[in-house]
Amino acid sequence: MSILVDENTRLVVQGITGGEGSFHTHQMLEYGTNVVAGVTPGKGGQKFEEKVPIYNTVADAVAQKGANASAIFVPPPFAADAIMEAASAGVALVVCITEGIPAADMVNVHQYLSRRKTRLVGPNCPGVISPGLAKIGIMPGFIHKAGNVGLISRSGTLTYEAVKQLSDLNIGQSTCIGIGGDPIIGTNFTDALKLFKEDPDTEAVVLIGEIGGTAEQEAAAYIRDNLGKPVVAFIAGKTAPPGRRMGHAGAIISGSEGTAEEKIAALRSAGAHVAESPADIGATMQKVLT
Amino acid sequence: MKIHEYQGKELLRKFGVEVPQGFLAHTPAEARKYATELGGTVVIKAQIHAGGRGKGGGVKLAHSAEEAERIASEIVGMTLVTHQTGPDGKEVGKVLVEEGLEIERELYLGIVLDRTTSQLVFMASTEGGVEIEKVAAETPEKILKEYIDPSVGLQAFQARKLAFGLGLQGEQVKNALKFFAALYKAYVESDCSMAEINPLVVTRDGRVLALDAKISFDDNALYRHKDFYDLRDLDEEEPLEVEASKYDLNYIKLDGEVGCMVNGAGLAMATMDMIHIAGSEPANFLDVGGGASAETVKNGFKIILSDENVKGILINIFGGIVRCDRVAKGVIEAASTMDIGVPVVVRLEGTNAEEAARLLEESDISFEVGRTFHEAAQKVAAAVGR
Repeated sequence: MSILVDENTRLVVQGITGGEGSFHTHQMLEYGTNVVAGVTPGKGGQKFEEKVPIYNTVADAVAQKGANASAIFVPPPFAADAIMEAASAGVALVVCITEGIPAADMVNVHQYLSRRKTRLVGPNCPGVISPGLAKIGIMPGFIHKAGNVGLISRSGTLTYEAVKQLSDLNIGQSTCIGIGGDPIIGTNFTDALKLFKEDPDTEAVVLIGEIGGTAEQEAAAYIRDNLGKPVVAFIAGKTAPPGRRMGHAGAIISGSEGTAEEKIAALRSAGAHVAESPADIGATMQKVLT
Repeated sequence: MKIHEYQGKELLRKFGVEVPQGFLAHTPAEARKYATELGGTVVIKAQIHAGGRGKGGGVKLAHSAEEAERIASEIVGMTLVTHQTGPDGKEVGKVLVEEGLEIERELYLGIVLDRTTSQLVFMASTEGGVEIEKVAAETPEKILKEYIDPSVGLQAFQARKLAFGLGLQGEQVKNALKFFAALYKAYVESDCSMAEINPLVVTRDGRVLALDAKISFDDNALYRHKDFYDLRDLDEEEPLEVEASKYDLNYIKLDGEVGCMVNGAGLAMATMDMIHIAGSEPANFLDVGGGASAETVKNGFKIILSDENVKGILINIFGGIVRCDRVAKGVIEAASTMDIGVPVVVRLEGTNAEEAARLLEESDISFEVGRTFHEAAQKVAAAVGR
């Protein structure tokens, strides 16, 4: 009933002793995520909340505890290094929550990961959750409900908004992926759609995009030609002015490229059901499913 | 972060990119002095961040020092309106006085981050001096692209492909290769987010120079370049945005009448859209972050209310790990210490939303509660009377 994250996830948290890292590790443990290790260089040998062992390196966490996924909460100047460390240790899934990583660092990370099997989700994202099974990230777990709708989004709180709308209508989710609001991200819409296509328990997908870049247009082409499952979409930023970054580093209309209108048009022509209003995402999915 | 043309050119010069000789002048007298030093024909260029300066009358040729002084006196202090300044325009405070060149060809060169490939891409075109987006839309075959492998950087063969592709010859090719390599180095070492040379000019004597330079830096990388903070020109920024940045608030001023305060950038954009759907227009983008404490809410009110156009406020908070009742208490606390003076609609959704609504309704403050996203937008639009 899920992709990327489930009961087999063995999570290592990089930056587990920092403010954000420790707070959200506690939340993830409460949700039932199998957090097997933490990493903070120099604090190896200690324990988080007296149960999760802390290591100096990700390689140690993998060797000692068999970690197969990582959550990154380290500050921006060290985050690119943390992603590469996890990939080098052979961690299959790296979810980077950190916001504010320099684009140049991410260009190098992208190149580094292209030669490895590690999948990166984020950075600057809320993470991944398979309701009822496990969560890697900072999203509030309780608004989710297990079910058969996949969700992919560039946003955080707007994703929660959409999830709540779905759950309130009794529409459960297989997996919700926050892919991140930066210009360079590890997993884009199309990558996530491919995973949902292969997941027999995902019947339909919600795609929440925003202004900036062309990832939604590329996703539209995949929806049209390959997906074979219904898609409900919403694009934020119709009223955003060109040339300004709307909070997310990647949310900027450059010249005439990246407007909400062109994304909506591409998704519509690919057969996606585009909600005009952000308040209607759940209701639109309900119509599609009946 | 955007910088001025003159600052961009100074930066490029340090990296060995050839730019025309020039000086920054704040007064007509200074312009005259520099024009005398440069001798002969000079170009007087208004220094504002917006593009389209030439068409707006902010770039002019002067054939003598006297003429330079006269033109500078016209440009300094003028309000320059271009397609990027908005209808109110921008007051010009300084001009760049530059040597005039004998131009043979005007080309285009730019480096940007290509989001699809996650690589830097060099773009070059024979169509210089016009907007590259126009070229891309009408004659995409006239844009040459070279994607840069970050592990090796710009290679000589790529620079040659661009130079020959632009139709350069002999000495011009040699100069162009040097130019491209230096520009790439400047881009990477300065953590730029854009470097656009439009036009890149070839002179009659075969020199290749940046006649204009639009450089901006990656905000996320500014911590590595502390000296760049000095290049920030607060006169070029919206005063309210400057004020908001002091409180660490992510605020962008817009033209509508409904102020909005939201946690999270995506939800903030969606809230702006929702206000528009309800028949009104957003006065701003404001992301108060995940926490939405009494302190941030208070600062948010301060900034929003400084905008005279604001006739009503919509607060839209999705409480996840941060509980709505806490946010409600923060909103009540902030509101009770200040004079808001416009109708406020609050919508809190998520953890303990019911409790939060009750707190707001029972409090002394006269905020309306919107039970749903839709209802909240309708209520605020009705309150501002549209």
